Amino acid sequence: MIPELGHFALLLSLFVALVMGILPLAGAQLCQHRWMALARPATTAAFLLIAFSFGCLTWAFYVSDFSVLYVASNSNTQLPTMYRLSAVWGGHEGSLLLWVLMLAGWSLAVAVFSRQLPEAMVARVLGVLGLVLAGLLAFVVFTSNPFDRILPPPAEGRSLNPLLQDPGLVYHPPMLYMGYVGFSVAFAFAIAALIAGQLDAAWARWSRPWTTAAWIFLTLGITLGSWWSYNELGWGGWWFWDPVENASFMPWLVGTALIHSLAVTEKRGSFKNWTVLLAIAAFSLSLLGTFLVRSGVLTSVHAFATDPRRGIFILILLAIVVGSSLMLFAARAPKVSLGGAFALVSRETFLLVNNVLLLVTCGAVLLGTLYPLIVDAFGLGKISVGPPYFNAVFVPIMLPVLALVAIGPVARWKHDDLKTILGRLWPAAIVAAAAGIALPWLAGGWNGAVGLGLALAGWIGAALVSQTADRLKKPGAPTASWWGMQLAHFGLAAFVVGVTLVSNYQEERDVRMEPGDTVMVGGYTFKFLGVREADGPNYRASVGSVELSRDGKTLGTLYPEKRDYGLGSMPMTEAAIDVGFTRDLYVSLGEPLTADRENGAWAVRVYFKPFVVWIWGGCLLMALGGLLAAADRRYRLRVKRTLPAPAGATA
Amino acid sequence: MKPRQKRIALIVGGLAALGLAAAFVLNALDSNIAFYITPSEIAAGKAPQNKTFRVGGMVKEGSLTRDNLTVSFVITDTARDVKVTYTGILPDLFKEGKGAVAQGRLNPDGSFTATEVLAKHDENYMPPEAGHAIEQAQKAQQTVAKP
Amino acid sequence: MNRFTWPLIIFVALVGLLAVGLNLNPREVPSPLIGKPAPDFKVAQLKNPEATFSPQEMRGKVWLLNVWASWCVSCREEHPVIVEYARKGLLPPVVGLDYKDKREDGLAWLSRFGDPYLLSAFDADGRVGIDYGVYGVPETYLIDKAGVIRFKQIGPITPEVMEKKILPLVKELDK
Repeated sequence: MIPELGHFALLLSLFVALVMGILPLAGAQLCQHRWMALARPATTAAFLLIAFSFGCLTWAFYVSDFSVLYVASNSNTQLPTMYRLSAVWGGHEGSLLLWVLMLAGWSLAVAVFSRQLPEAMVARVLGVLGLVLAGLLAFVVFTSNPFDRILPPPAEGRSLNPLLQDPGLVYHPPMLYMGYVGFSVAFAFAIAALIAGQLDAAWARWSRPWTTAAWIFLTLGITLGSWWSYNELGWGGWWFWDPVENASFMPWLVGTALIHSLAVTEKRGSFKNWTVLLAIAAFSLSLLGTFLVRSGVLTSVHAFATDPRRGIFILILLAIVVGSSLMLFAARAPKVSLGGAFALVSRETFLLVNNVLLLVTCGAVLLGTLYPLIVDAFGLGKISVGPPYFNAVFVPIMLPVLALVAIGPVARWKHDDLKTILGRLWPAAIVAAAAGIALPWLAGGWNGAVGLGLALAGWIGAALVSQTADRLKKPGAPTASWWGMQLAHFGLAAFVVGVTLVSNYQEERDVRMEPGDTVMVGGYTFKFLGVREADGPNYRASVGSVELSRDGKTLGTLYPEKRDYGLGSMPMTEAAIDVGFTRDLYVSLGEPLTADRENGAWAVRVYFKPFVVWIWGGCLLMALGGLLAAADRRYRLRVKRTLPAPAGATA
Repeated sequence: MKPRQKRIALIVGGLAALGLAAAFVLNALDSNIAFYITPSEIAAGKAPQNKTFRVGGMVKEGSLTRDNLTVSFVITDTARDVKVTYTGILPDLFKEGKGAVAQGRLNPDGSFTATEVLAKHDENYMPPEAGHAIEQAQKAQQTVAKP
Repeated sequence: MNRFTWPLIIFVALVGLLAVGLNLNPREVPSPLIGKPAPDFKVAQLKNPEATFSPQEMRGKVWLLNVWASWCVSCREEHPVIVEYARKGLLPPVVGLDYKDKREDGLAWLSRFGDPYLLSAFDADGRVGIDYGVYGVPETYLIDKAGVIRFKQIGPITPEVMEKKILPLVKELDK
């Protein structure tokens, strides 16, 4: 009964979303205030219905109702409760339902926090969101209904892919989807402004906090995903350039460009067309990412078993949403005014170059991701494009971006000259040179890549410090968004340090080890103590013990596991990691090399990973910087000015 | 500078940067793609020499042998076989009788030295490239077997 | 036509490419086995380990070979359809092939969900599956009187597939 209620609520929400998408938009065109007024209640209703439906599915998982096919395919009674609940989005149907729920959630947030916006603008924004929501709901209802029954019900469900039984999975997809879906708000603002022909600073100011919020979630989602694959895949890698990772990284690159270009549009009124195009592109790439993952046109570790109807449906949806927005763009963009003029040497120019580089990077990633498909489509054979391509392309394009990160904030809007800029940056240049030359030498030998990476990190960091010192001398406290920018850029510098050091100084050994054997990696001694068998809640594990020591001092013991989740399933490697501020020690268990599992020899993989946590730490700082920027008071001050009553509105 | 000149400078600069990036990208693509080759194609001498490529198919039952960390096994597309050696730890999903894809180089003696071995993360399906190799081989066998 | 149309043009090209890509879906490739003799094999039966089964025994009959396994959830979705149609007497003989399974699990599964099969062959190590190019379970083959494969269903048989594809073909082959 409960699944039917959930299904019914979902059907109803499709109807409500259509109302939310059509009437307010039509009302805004025809100046029908009653129709426009429907936008907020319709949004609330759609959210409540979808939330109810999601609740029903979660309940079905909680009570293990295997008469629901989706539950039977993604959960079983052996699964611990937490994973039973996160299994709701472990498969295709449920993750789409989560997508839709989040889209409705973002729409509701817009409806609630947009009291200060003009009526027609709110109606248009919610209308656009309503249409997107209706499209995705139709996709769920017609091709991927999570409430389909299976009768008679199986007594036991199929286990969730053991790879996905990790706390990372509980948080990673929701974060990622929050980011993907969040760009729909920036998209809706852009489309609404295009329809109204009102591309102005006010529009940029309204969409900025939303864009930043979405960007924060996407940053966190990607970071968690990277952390998850580092912990879970047993390879010690943190980024694989897998098609699905690329699908999340491309909207991030464009979203980062969008944040910077929105700043220009708000402050100087320039780049309007460019900003609109970026807003459309960021959301389009989110949809494209969904298409790539769900349709199975690209094969990757993440690909779900597919149904061709789904691929066609998403492709049509993508074509309608993106195609119509780009048509609207082509029709309206020529009429948009150019905005404030700026000189060749100015902050605008630096931000424009940053934007172009980010977009070129995104284009290169897109090309690499789709290249196998292109080659196959022309019948030229089957190929794969591996990480070397992406590294070879990504690193050179990113170097100038990093150099610009230090310069952009120092330059003045509108007009500046190179001499003044260099005058402000010479201390940073000295620090950069020192970091680039001295640190690799101290670390045990000159290394060009390390020198360049550390020099750039030092350049960004030192420029930040000197700029902050200058700013604090001036009267008036800097705004929260200024601090946010500094923090995010600082995070970027930390990230660069982590990537540089781990890629150049990490050590990896695959060794055969018998109990009592030791191996030295990165100055640490790893002593293999043997393997014992143990039972987990829904698996059997071989648990290895590896004792860590350095210079004769014992540091602790790591317990890497090899888990077996039973028939129809695959074994799982569970790496053990000793996390540290300046290095991680990482041990994973390969296969037993002798018949005696407990006392025989095993293949063991050992890593020494210097500064690897700086990668995720840097990303967290970036997200935190975004949070500060989005929380800036100036986005809320307008509320006070336009709304006389309740005084608590700014709180 | 006049606005017009400034515009032109910006556009020229942008195009130059794009051109440079495109050159980078195409060069990187050219040197970093790996073709999928089936064991039958290797037998027919169609495999590239001195270049990394991927070979896909099924791991032949009973062919897996270990010598410490070096493993060797046979990948087959049901028509032809290729012997693969690999040093290191195999992925969790790697099993005899299952699909696998190996990336590496062909040795002069016709064996294959892998630098990477992949198996797909879904136990019901083999990597599509492996499936492709088997389909191709079956097609070829059947065309030959036709009266 | 202006420079602001370029994003649209690029996007249209991309959609075209993706549409072509969808048709290349590796799981959509038609089986090369269609129109070819069904590969021969000889394996033990599931219920009666002493007895064996070989497709040779089905010569002169139109029959279905249904690959299933107790660990496969999609099979559970498909199974009631086969049971239902077999009960109504609409189906030709159906031979099951229990793929990569444990014998006791397979037997328990049949007793729980019903056994519509003439018999089930037992392919414990998946050798038969390799010859038939089995990608995933379930898969079903329709084989004619001369032992030639006429149709292959990858994934579960739905009532729609049964009505629109399998049954008309069976009728035609039975003539």
